[in-house]
Order: sequence, then structure tokens, then C-alpha cells
Amino acid sequence: MRWTGIALVAASFLVPPFFAGDFYVNLASQILIAAIFALSLNLLVGFGGMTSLGHASYLGVAAYISALLTTRYGFGHGPAAVISLAGTTALAAFFGVIALRATGLGFLMITLALSQVLWGLAYRVSNVTNGDNGIAGLTRPMPFGISIDSAVSFYWFALIVATFAFVMMTIFVSSAFGSTLKGVRDQSRRMAALGFNPWMIRWITFIYAGFWGGVSGLLYVYYNKYIHPTSLSTTSSAEALLGVIAGGSGTLGGPAVGAALVLLLKNYVSAYLERWNMLLGLVFLFIVLVMPTGIVPGFSRLMAGLRGGSR
Amino acid sequence: MQFWIIQGLNSLSLGGLLFLLSSGFSLIFGLMRLANLTHGAFFMLGTYFGATAMRAFDGLNIWVTALGAGVAVAAIGGLFERLVLTRLKTNPLGQVLVTLGMSFIISDACLMFWGGDSIPVPTPQNLQAPMRVLGFVFPTYRLVLVGCAIAAAIVLYFLLERTRLGAMIRAGVDDRQMARAVGIPVSNLFTIVFCLGAGIAGAGGVLGGPILSAYPGLDADMLPLALIVVILGGIGSLLGAFIGSFIIGFIYTFGTALFPELAYIILFLPMIFVIAFRPQGLFGRVGA
Repeated sequence: MRWTGIALVAASFLVPPFFAGDFYVNLASQILIAAIFALSLNLLVGFGGMTSLGHASYLGVAAYISALLTTRYGFGHGPAAVISLAGTTALAAFFGVIALRATGLGFLMITLALSQVLWGLAYRVSNVTNGDNGIAGLTRPMPFGISIDSAVSFYWFALIVATFAFVMMTIFVSSAFGSTLKGVRDQSRRMAALGFNPWMIRWITFIYAGFWGGVSGLLYVYYNKYIHPTSLSTTSSAEALLGVIAGGSGTLGGPAVGAALVLLLKNYVSAYLERWNMLLGLVFLFIVLVMPTGIVPGFSRLMAGLRGGSR
Repeated sequence: MQFWIIQGLNSLSLGGLLFLLSSGFSLIFGLMRLANLTHGAFFMLGTYFGATAMRAFDGLNIWVTALGAGVAVAAIGGLFERLVLTRLKTNPLGQVLVTLGMSFIISDACLMFWGGDSIPVPTPQNLQAPMRVLGFVFPTYRLVLVGCAIAAAIVLYFLLERTRLGAMIRAGVDDRQMARAVGIPVSNLFTIVFCLGAGIAGAGGVLGGPILSAYPGLDADMLPLALIVVILGGIGSLLGAFIGSFIIGFIYTFGTALFPELAYIILFLPMIFVIAFRPQGLFGRVGA
């Protein structure tokens, strides 16, 4: 049962690029990128109990650093990616020090304010970021000399990175450290009494989540070959948070499913009408009021119920 | 010298505007433990209502408009609180998320109704003439705005400290369970305070209109300022919101004038400083 499930999931990722058209392959690549982003946010929200509304900062900053280094300063993609991830991780370490002075709603407000500051910078410091015009004309890297310009090759590239990211984040939360993280989420005083340092555990998680947020940002900018301040906006953070919550925060695969749903909805709706933000708001209200634990836990409960019934 | 005085007066007027924005946010947070992310959208809605009304009826008094828009926004806030927020009493995270969702809905609805161009709000005619302050010419309206903020602060202070309603609100802030136990209708207080906070934001939006004008994205510009003010001043503290507003007003105005591109970073330095040394904010209480 378990292995057939895994085989089905694997097949659903491996088979489509062989016969699907470019449109759907591109959509799948976007889903993979959104999934990495949502999974990294889930480390904070689901496993750490830290609801961040500023996670777009890491996606956007990684993308901007890479875009600026490759277009303006003539860096190759390799060094640019390394510097961009290092910079994003350092930013997460710095923001973590500030935001983790508070917990709960205070944390949420500080992360939101910090990310809004970055968004404002991206808009206003237009001699660096090109402001509202964004930075266009970017190129994709050539990992090991292989071009990833076509839709299918980019999909494979994204799939490899996404698989690696998923495994790394799964190892992170399944490790002993992951257990202490969940302990800090549920009972931070008891964990402190047991000799753990809740602040340090949260901070390390914050940095790790920022790093993977940065990875998704790199893929994002490679995919779009363009970057605009909206990728740093609250809407961007909120879409990821909605994916995490809709999919089921604190589950391993849920946020990826949630992110895929949000992305599909966004693509589908944008084709017909312009009111994506309003729909996003309504979906927020719907999910929180009707499905507060998310779709994947709800679905597993349903499956467990069906299996129990047939026995 | 002229630069410093003019910018100083500008800072004061921005500070006044920020107080009208953030006092409601702080009030709502204090009682309801709710980070109301719709607050920027309420402010923007007020500005749009004001702009529409004052352009439709030429010469409409701005004070009447502000009152009307405040009541309208308060009604919308009240409906939202009654229909949605009360259902999520036990789920503080859910409450924040629906306020975020609501802010998206409102800002997109504004874009739909009023379009993407900015709509100026006329300055009241009797306040259009510039005023001479210490020999410097300065727009009268901006100084009047400071007066409005001070008046609002005094009214709120008396409401909270000197009336029965205020006593009940303070009791609810200090200990919600005990307040309930002694018969204070805390749920109704929530609605009243939410309406009040939304209403002040809406009225503030009208009064800020002549300076800012109504444009899409006004909410996203104002919300972080409100957040920074209350984080700086102490969440839930009226005095903190007042002092914080003027501090941010000064920093933002001088930051924009002296280092236009870095204004956003400068804005956020005092916040880091306060969070580092006094996480509860300048006037916040521990555990609040």
C-alpha cells in the first residue's frame, strides 16, 4: 500500500514530461518551485510554530541578488548562485535575530514589517533594482554544461532540486533536532527546563528555512528570467502561507499539495479574470473558516475512515 | 534653517496622520489580541469614500465627510467582526489570516471600483490659504491635521480612562476571563472596539486624503507604518502609539528628504533598536 503510493507519486512526477505539452510542463515547473517555497515556510509555520508573513523576503532577495550579479556585475551563474544563497542565508540570520525577540503575533508583525521594508526598497531604490520595471533579460544557467532553456529540461532541473530540497527538509524535521523543534513549538518552557535553548533552536530553523526559501528564489528567477518587486510583496508571502495552511501545516507533503493548488487556481483564474487578489482573500476566509487543519490531513482522515469502514 | 522648520512641521503632520492610523490598530490589539492586518485597507477605504463624496458634492465639508466615512468603515468593520472574527475566537492565527484575506478583498475591490489612477482629495477651501509660522510659509491644513490627532488622542484618553465603557475595556484588556466573570459583556466590547478602531482609521483616511490622495497600494504603504509605530511604541498602548507616531513621522520625513532612497531602511532602524533593547516597545507592558 505504502510502496504503491510512493510509486504513484514518483510516476506522476516522472512520466508527464514525456508526453505533456510545454504549457503543462512549465506549469509543473512552477508548481515545483512553489512547493519548495511552501515547504521551507512550513518548517517555520508547521514544525516551529512560528507564523511568518515575510517569507517572500528570501525568495525575492535571492532572486534579486542573482539577477543583479549576472546582469550588472558580469558574474557567472555559479558564483552568483553561491553568493546569492549565502547572502539570503545571512539575511535570514539577521532577520531571525530581530523577529525572534518576539513570538506569536509579535513575530508575525515583525516579519511582515521587515518584508515590507524590502519590498519598499525594491520599488524605491530604482537605480539598483530598476524599480517598477523589474529586471528583465536574464538568462538561465548551464549546470554541467547542459542547457536548461527548453521547458522539459528546466522541469528535470527543477525536479532534481525540488527532490533534493524535499529530502533535506524531511531529514531536518525527522532528525533529533527536528524533535526538539517540535518540542519547542509545543512546550517551549519545558524544553528550556530540560536544558535546551529554545531561542537557538528557533533561530537555526529560521536560517534553514531562509536558505531553502532562497533556493526556491533562484529557481524562480531562472524560470521567469525576470524579477519584479511583487515577488517580495505580502501577496507573495500570503500565497505561500495559504498553500501551507491549505495543504496542512506541520505535515511533510501537505504544503507542496497546497502550493500546487494555489498555483493552479491562480493560473486558471488569471486566464479568465483579473481579480486574483480578491479570490485569494476569499480562499483565505474559506480555508480558515471551513478547513482549518488543511486539505491533506482532512483527506487522510477521510481515507482512514473509508479503510476502517471496509474492514 | 527653513528646510528644518518646514520638514519639522511636515513631520508633525505625518505623525498626526500616523496616530489616526495606528491608535485604532493598537486599541484593537490591546483588547482583542488581534493583529488587524485589514487596518491599512480600512484607512484606504476611508480615503476612497472621502474622495468620492467630496468630488461628487462640491464644497462638502471635510469634517462631515470624515465622520461619514468613519461611520461607514466602522460598519464594515463591525460586520466583519460579527460575521467572521467571532467564529474564530479560539484560533488567533486564523483571525490574523482572515484579516489578511479581508485586506486583499478590500484592496482589490477598491481597484475594481475606482480604477488604477490616483484620485486627489481636495483640501478644504477655508484651509487652503498657507499660513505663516515663525516667518515661514506653511500649508494650514497640515497643521490642522496635527490638531486633529491631538484632539483624537484626548478624546480616546477620556473615553478609556474616564468613562464606564473605558473601564470595561481596560478590564477586558487586563484579564478577559475575570472581566467576563464579573458580568462585562466582553464579546460586545470586542465589536465596539473593532468598530471604533476601524472608524478612526476610516476617518483618518479621509483627513489624510488631501496629503496622500487615494491610490491603489495605499493600504500596503500604510500598514507597515502602523506596524512599525505600534512595535516601536508598545502594542496596545495609546501613549505608545502617540509617541511612536511622531517619532516615525520625524524619521520618515527627514529620511525621505535627506536620503530619499534609504528612507525605508532608516525607518526601520528605530524598530530594530527598540526590539533589541525593549522588546515590549517603549510604553508596552511585559506580557501584554
